[in-house]
Amino acid sequence: MSLSIKDLTFAYPDGSVALRGVNLEVGDGDRVALLGPNGAGKTTLVLHLNGVLHGGAGTVEVGGLRVEARDRARLAEIRRRVGIVFQDPDDQLFMPTVAEDVAFGPANLGMRGAELQARVDEALEAVGMAAHRDQVPHHLSFGQRRRVAVATVLAMRPELLVLDEPSSNLDPASRRELAEILERLPVTVLMVTHDLPYAMQLCPRSVILDGGLIVADGPTPQILADETLLHAHRLELPYGFHPVRP
Amino acid sequence: MGAGHAHPLHLDRPSPVHRLAPEVKIAATLLFTIVVVATPREEFWAFGGYAVLLAVVAAVARVPGNWLLKRASIELPLVLLAIALPFAGHGERVTWLGMSLSVDGLYGAWNIFAKGTLGVVASLLLAASTTMRDLILGLDRLRCPAVFTQIATFMLRYLDILADDARRMRVARLSRGYDPRFLWQVKAFAVSVGSLFLRAYERGERVYLAMVSRGYDGRLPRAGRDKATPRQWVQSAALPVAAAAIAVMAS
Repeated sequence: MSLSIKDLTFAYPDGSVALRGVNLEVGDGDRVALLGPNGAGKTTLVLHLNGVLHGGAGTVEVGGLRVEARDRARLAEIRRRVGIVFQDPDDQLFMPTVAEDVAFGPANLGMRGAELQARVDEALEAVGMAAHRDQVPHHLSFGQRRRVAVATVLAMRPELLVLDEPSSNLDPASRRELAEILERLPVTVLMVTHDLPYAMQLCPRSVILDGGLIVADGPTPQILADETLLHAHRLELPYGFHPVRP
Repeated sequence: MGAGHAHPLHLDRPSPVHRLAPEVKIAATLLFTIVVVATPREEFWAFGGYAVLLAVVAAVARVPGNWLLKRASIELPLVLLAIALPFAGHGERVTWLGMSLSVDGLYGAWNIFAKGTLGVVASLLLAASTTMRDLILGLDRLRCPAVFTQIATFMLRYLDILADDARRMRVARLSRGYDPRFLWQVKAFAVSVGSLFLRAYERGERVYLAMVSRGYDGRLPRAGRDKATPRQWVQSAALPVAAAAIAVMAS
């Protein structure tokens, strides 16, 4: 089991409850879409996967290793296993050049020299950005920056790749290119999104998070065909889109 | 060296000076400036020698003279101050074109003008031949405290993004009929500056989260680009050593 969440609860210091007992299991190599309206607790859940947020009840296990916020060595290993690609690539890419940014993660794992360079090349190759390695992130298109953001995480060879709204703000071609890249990656993927067709294209299974609870879990075509369910949780298919029934 | 991160003072040329590692250039510029400043102001021909040295560096770096002159105009306020000195100075005076000038003031003006110009031109040559990224890298290798180089690194990355934010906010203001002509209309601008600050602050938090998620533990990894070879140190030492030789011969 790649990811196992049991009875996870969390409230922010101001008292607002974000997670009310989340249970979720994701198998090795699965691609699962995490759907839900704004404010459903999706980002809060994601930040629990690598121990950035913690302190509530319940447990999170990644590849059999339990996330323990107090155990620094274990946390480092968890953060290697769980790669999070954040929504705004400008938040993720903070180093002056593409290659330096991709090297940041593996360098934190203690890699140096030729080994580090090989990692960087491999990750950039996987997202088709090897030709841009010495460029300044600011000079790349938004779609290219998103791909580099994916590479920064791939460079750590994660077991679980978590993508926060991967298709947001992408033009149709960049959206398709990213889908093709993600489809090829041999990792477990948890994709947070409102883009239901994208979930349909990439993830055989979907779960809906609303009000801090998993309210639906099943094959994506089935979930997307249930109009009542979608409406109840402020999810809507784009005009003219019909999911193919399994 | 690193592509991109050109700044307005950078002049991208394929020259031996551009190829030198940044740390040796920074060290050479600093030492040269120290020698210049330490030279007594009466040693006129020493300053001429320094100017010749800089001209040689500029020629090797393929930096055109008028490019340097234009940018050296940043020094003008200082020169204006220097011009006032001969009139305002005390002590022995000479008469020149009917004006009574203080000898001490003339020396003072010459001192400011000569040393200022040499310092500015040396810095311009450094800037012209080194990208911003390499300057930071060089400072880091010269053991400049990591806090400063890290702040500079983040500034380098996010300044453009902040400027874009500010530009978009300005366009949005103008699009809604904002046309500041009177002082009381400055409020919208002031509020925008405030929200720009908040945006930057929030971005800072998100960047930090993204860094922590990739195993950041308080230390940025050092960039592993080619360090200066002993040969490069020797090459760049030519400038301050020649300057020092001139200074010693003059005194």
